[in-house]
Amino acid sequence: MANPESGHGEGVTASEYIQHHLQNLTFGNHPENGWSIAHGAAEAKQMGFWAIHLDSMFWSILLGSIFCFVFWLGAKKAHAGIPGALQNFCEMMVDFVDGSVKDTFHGKNELIAPLALTIAVWVFLMNLMDLVPVDFIPEFAKRVLGIEYMKVVPTTDVNVTLGMSLSVFALIIYYSLKVKGAKGFLAELTLQPFSSDNKIIKYAFVPVNLLLEGVGLIAKPISLALRLFGNLYAGELIFILIALLPFYLQWALSIPWAIFHILVIVLQAFIFMMLTIVYLTMAHEHH
Amino acid sequence: MNINLTLIGQAIAFAGFVWFCMKFVWPPLIAAMRERQATIAEGLAAAEKSAQAEEEAKAEADTILAEARNQAAEIVSQAQKRGNDIVEDAKKTATSESDRLKVSAQAELEQEVVSARESLRQQVSAVAVSGAEKILKREVDANAHASILDDLIAKI
Repeated sequence: MANPESGHGEGVTASEYIQHHLQNLTFGNHPENGWSIAHGAAEAKQMGFWAIHLDSMFWSILLGSIFCFVFWLGAKKAHAGIPGALQNFCEMMVDFVDGSVKDTFHGKNELIAPLALTIAVWVFLMNLMDLVPVDFIPEFAKRVLGIEYMKVVPTTDVNVTLGMSLSVFALIIYYSLKVKGAKGFLAELTLQPFSSDNKIIKYAFVPVNLLLEGVGLIAKPISLALRLFGNLYAGELIFILIALLPFYLQWALSIPWAIFHILVIVLQAFIFMMLTIVYLTMAHEHH
Repeated sequence: MNINLTLIGQAIAFAGFVWFCMKFVWPPLIAAMRERQATIAEGLAAAEKSAQAEEEAKAEADTILAEARNQAAEIVSQAQKRGNDIVEDAKKTATSESDRLKVSAQAELEQEVVSARESLRQQVSAVAVSGAEKILKREVDANAHASILDDLIAKI
């Protein structure tokens, strides 16, 4: 039962409140209504693959643009003299990411470092939206803009995290093929970890190796995406549960959880960045 | 939890942001940082070099100072020696001059004595002539008797 004192209005049960908060604003091709905005989870499900989460896309592109704009401002007038506050901040981030990349990756690649910087800051910003009180933006959207559903943390949407991790996966495949060649990449997938000097035994191991290495390869983007998604989704869910308490009690739980969550936000952004670097390094290495 | 187009949209956005970062954010920042690093390294090297130069200059100044001190001491001792010499010379000159003066004074004295004796003799001769005049109570021709008088004077 919803607590009337939590201020969510009469007649809304706790589970309805939670489900409402976990529903994306979905625009898609509904079998009956055609291209429209889904009213509720059932309709969104019926839309299948041909639907897009407007809220996730809006917030993720907005935050990515903020990242690009701020860093562009810092980089635009970058000079070797005494840096200003913004340039200093940008340089600290660049230095940190550059250090992380150089510790792991020793080849020459123009992409990995900017990629890592983008991931670190963008994922951090998307995670940071978790610290905005859960009802602020959805209520504003509902009452002022008339938008029914609004999920403000893009990384609690598995599509967003999967979209990023599959992009990283594509880069893994691309660099594996580029550095090792198709033959080398295939050999890496089929001739290890089990190997033998005897040719027959060596080829007998191929299916086993392919299964093991294939699972290992597929697990990279899946684990990358689900780790970030799971952490942020769980965090968001707990904020929603805390929001079910009477409003005068919420601070007692939400403040400690928010403080703890700062750690999660930074850590998950860092892990996503670091694993991307590690995976791309592995794609560059010969075994 | 539906997998849908959002995934593709996010991948496109991701690619766009990475491209932007790679093109407009990373290169200028990393270039500025590298340049500053080089400048700082240069500055440190220059500081080290100048510190070394300062040390060398100090050592050189020390040797010059020591040399100057030695020279000064030498000059002082020379001057002292020269002063002593001058004093010694002056002493010698003074002694010889005083000797010379003494000698000349003695010679003058002797001459004085001689001339005094001469005048005394003449006076005595005059006194003797007048005495003889008085004794003879008559006029004696001084010129006629000059030889006698001279004889007399020589005996005094």
